[in-house]
Amino acid sequence: MTMPEPTVSLEIFRYQPDGGGPSTFQRYQVPYHEDWVVLDAINYIKDQLDGTLAYRWSCRMGVCGSCGMMINGVPKLSCATFLKEYYPHPIRVEPLANFPIERDLVIVLDDFMKKLSQVQPWIVRAAEPPLSAGEYRQTPEQLDQYKQFSMCLNCMLCYAACPMYGLKPLFLGPAAIALAHRYNLDSRDEGRASRQDVLANEHGVWDCTLVGECTTVCPADVDPAAAIQQIKLSTAVDWIKRALRPGGGA
Amino acid sequence: MKALVRPMPILWWLRSRAYVLFMVRELTSVLIAAYLVVFLIFLQRIAGGPSSYERYLHWLAQPAVLAFHLVALAAALYHSVTWLQLTPMTVVIRLRDRRVPAATIVAANFAVWGALSVLILWLIVGT
Amino acid sequence: MRRSAEPFWWLLFAAGGTVAAFLVPVSIALTGLAAPLGWGGTAFQHARIAALVSHPIARLYLFVLIALPWFHAAHRIRFTLAEGLQLHQAGRLLAVICYGTASVGAALALLVVVRL
Repeated sequence: MTMPEPTVSLEIFRYQPDGGGPSTFQRYQVPYHEDWVVLDAINYIKDQLDGTLAYRWSCRMGVCGSCGMMINGVPKLSCATFLKEYYPHPIRVEPLANFPIERDLVIVLDDFMKKLSQVQPWIVRAAEPPLSAGEYRQTPEQLDQYKQFSMCLNCMLCYAACPMYGLKPLFLGPAAIALAHRYNLDSRDEGRASRQDVLANEHGVWDCTLVGECTTVCPADVDPAAAIQQIKLSTAVDWIKRALRPGGGA
Repeated sequence: MKALVRPMPILWWLRSRAYVLFMVRELTSVLIAAYLVVFLIFLQRIAGGPSSYERYLHWLAQPAVLAFHLVALAAALYHSVTWLQLTPMTVVIRLRDRRVPAATIVAANFAVWGALSVLILWLIVGT
Repeated sequence: MRRSAEPFWWLLFAAGGTVAAFLVPVSIALTGLAAPLGWGGTAFQHARIAALVSHPIARLYLFVLIALPWFHAAHRIRFTLAEGLQLHQAGRLLAVICYGTASVGAALALLVVVRL
């Protein structure tokens, strides 16, 4: 007499743009394994139960940022979220909040990609030295200045967690600002002035009211909330300096 | 192809404990502002002379007014605790190329808060 | 396009929040609880308190204690109303009402403080 295999129930958001009809939740019974993550369960569903389920994933080890989803209402990487955290209760899986939904668990991420490119997330130089001048040298202390902010996976969990992004879709958002800060702090970069326009305008850092959930959900310990507050301070200091300059200035 | 847009519910801030605490934190400023109105009137009554001052003290001793101050104190304390814990993320202090740990700055904040409070208490009540 | 005014309001908000964090709790304990409940014996007698608050440094302290947190509250209320009630269209109007009220409050505080 063998024990029945334990199962866990997943309630997954379904939406077909061409099929018509509103979104629904579909329930699947999936084998429970102690070492399975939610992504394993979803892959089982796709392979064995319902090949029509659409979702993004890639590395399955928490470095690519593809598999972000709302799991019981919290933005998480499905490859880093264990079934045993919820078992034996049902697990509700939805697409990342605050983004339009293309199909099932797949969100439209065009807005994030646009904002990411707006902050110029690369080394900006006034003039590129020739290759013969050799490599840029950087001390460990200089690396330490920005390293934390460079760990961003572009997983967009922070955008899903941020109520301000949900309320004000023009908000530049945590990850884009954190990456701008990463380059502003990089000793090799000379682009701070060129990033200021997009950071200092009303939908840059000033749409943030420090809810702080972006930092709470970040799987890479980037602390985007800190990046945003630091830019608020440096922008405010710039403003004071300009205001105090005799004769004013733009 | 029609992408589905989910609007933010009007009571979005009730959706999670973190959002509720965020709202509470923001609303502490209302109670603090209200207390400062009462406080400004207190100052005005001092300038108004002994009898106006005594009458105000009498009003302050009413149970409803005392209750308001207890609630305002709770709000002010919640503001102080959250504020002093959040300042290290804004102001990064580096000593000799290493960043001063956030926990150190928070501890220093709380120490200053305690010292200032004791100083003011002593100035008003102690001397 | 840079929105030039935001840093100014944010700096006021930060200054007010700091003043409130450090000084408001003990203030509430003193004037809201100790004074009316008679804790501190003769400390809250009118003559003594009147002399204390009339000192120029005390007056400056009191003005800062009242005015700056009011700007802090104005900033927080402005954003909370916009977010909580989803009034983003009225953003500019909200800002005028909130900072305007705080400015009136600061002016009143100044009037009271100079007469202490």
